[in-house]
Amino acid sequence: MKILVHGKVKGVVQKSNNSINFLGTVDKKTGIISDKNHDLFEKSIANTILVFPSGVGSSVGAYTIYSIKSNNSAPLAMVCKKADLTVATGCALANIPVLIISENEFDSLKNGMKVEIDTESNIPLSIYE
Amino acid sequence: MELTRDEESALKGEQGEIMQMAYRILVATGEATDADKLIPIEWAHLSGVNYNTIGDAGEEFLSSISKDARVKVKTTLNPMGFDIDNVSNYNLDKNFISKQLSIKNSYEAIGVTPSFSCIPYEIFDIPKENTQVAFAESNAAIHANSYDNLKTNKESAFSALASALTGKSPYSSLRKEDSPNLTISMNVKNPTELTYGMLGFFAGKVGDTSVNISGLEEMDRRQRKAMCGGMGTSGTCAKFLFGDGDSDCEKIEFDEKEVQNVHDELNTAEKGDIITLGSPQLGLDEISDLAAKLKGRSFKKRCMVFTPRTVKEQARKIGYTNELERAGCEILSDCCTCLTPLINKDSVDAVTTNSIKGAFYLKNSNGVDVNLKSLSKIIEEETR
Repeated sequence: MKILVHGKVKGVVQKSNNSINFLGTVDKKTGIISDKNHDLFEKSIANTILVFPSGVGSSVGAYTIYSIKSNNSAPLAMVCKKADLTVATGCALANIPVLIISENEFDSLKNGMKVEIDTESNIPLSIYE
Repeated sequence: MELTRDEESALKGEQGEIMQMAYRILVATGEATDADKLIPIEWAHLSGVNYNTIGDAGEEFLSSISKDARVKVKTTLNPMGFDIDNVSNYNLDKNFISKQLSIKNSYEAIGVTPSFSCIPYEIFDIPKENTQVAFAESNAAIHANSYDNLKTNKESAFSALASALTGKSPYSSLRKEDSPNLTISMNVKNPTELTYGMLGFFAGKVGDTSVNISGLEEMDRRQRKAMCGGMGTSGTCAKFLFGDGDSDCEKIEFDEKEVQNVHDELNTAEKGDIITLGSPQLGLDEISDLAAKLKGRSFKKRCMVFTPRTVKEQARKIGYTNELERAGCEILSDCCTCLTPLINKDSVDAVTTNSIKGAFYLKNSNGVDVNLKSLSKIIEEETR
């Protein structure tokens, strides 16, 4: 496990098996995914523990992450399988914790699970309910 | 990643919110790229200037940090969306202009040199060999690594900004060593700058972080810039080395067939309504060469020429500007073909250019058709 951005939050897993292109497919005001081909289409990523494979697309998408945070529509944390610079820098700008986890850990996380992220603890990611 | 006590303190917020954010970016980037520490850099070159690309989110972010943020090292800046001297000729909406000027003001408040140029390697002095810099403009990063003996990764707008504010960058990838696992053999006769742009574009697609290129003849500056621009457009590769490389390197050939492939991908029109020269922006020797080529000739259609402001001023003093304007050129500084808001498909169907980088963005971002031609062909066919 790798910690890209530190922090401590509790929340509910919103899981996607699709990568996310933050530039253009996430509504900056509401955090709703507008890409018809995405498995989170019409769902909001606001205030969730967003679990997805990785970010893709232009690094300018980092500004979108900053915008959704400014509009109180950002995820509480992001958890990915693969580190990418858009998510890394966007979440660093917006101060949203980011963890990179293994394939097995990724598979074990399911929609609706309640998890706690605490990057200072020995177990940075734990399921508490 | 190992951080010094001072870096830890900044990351905890003990040196203010701006430094905390900057170190968060460096740490996140460093962890994502497997860096083990931060190292000092001496020069940052920032992208993320054009309102066309960073939008309201970027404008608001820069405006909010500009109150407190100040750069720690020499920091230069990529092109913006227009040239204030002649923006009124281009029917750009008021909102665009005011947002772009706000971005300009924010960068100036932060202490950035307002160079608005994608060719910092041509208009600023180059530091001594192996100096670590942080260049976010892709053609500039490739040029710095390949021709100027500097060291940089292909930075993002944010990692370069964080490096400007802290004077540091994660020690990873091309900052350490480069050992390409691929050698491209150049096998095209009588190459022009367009061919070299295509070679770069091809190399960017097949290369990882660096590639060897063998079989190159002596190249002029226009050709070298074209190659860097092409490479930066198509992938993550940020350095080429000259020669055959190690014997275990995979070998690929760049031949007429590959030229045709790139041509088929980017050339979508047989002729253009206007011509653009510059992406990367033209330096003084290219302006001088263009003025010489246009002696006694005039363009049959509009020709936009993009160059840094400092070059435009030098060119004016020497008299090149008069020459070019007489031949029908529109000379624009502070902006570039790449991601320009000054060309849109409502008024232009197709653009003729010798730039692979320009072609890629005109096609994919402006949504216009592209007609690729070398400069000598452009002079031959588009002037009288």
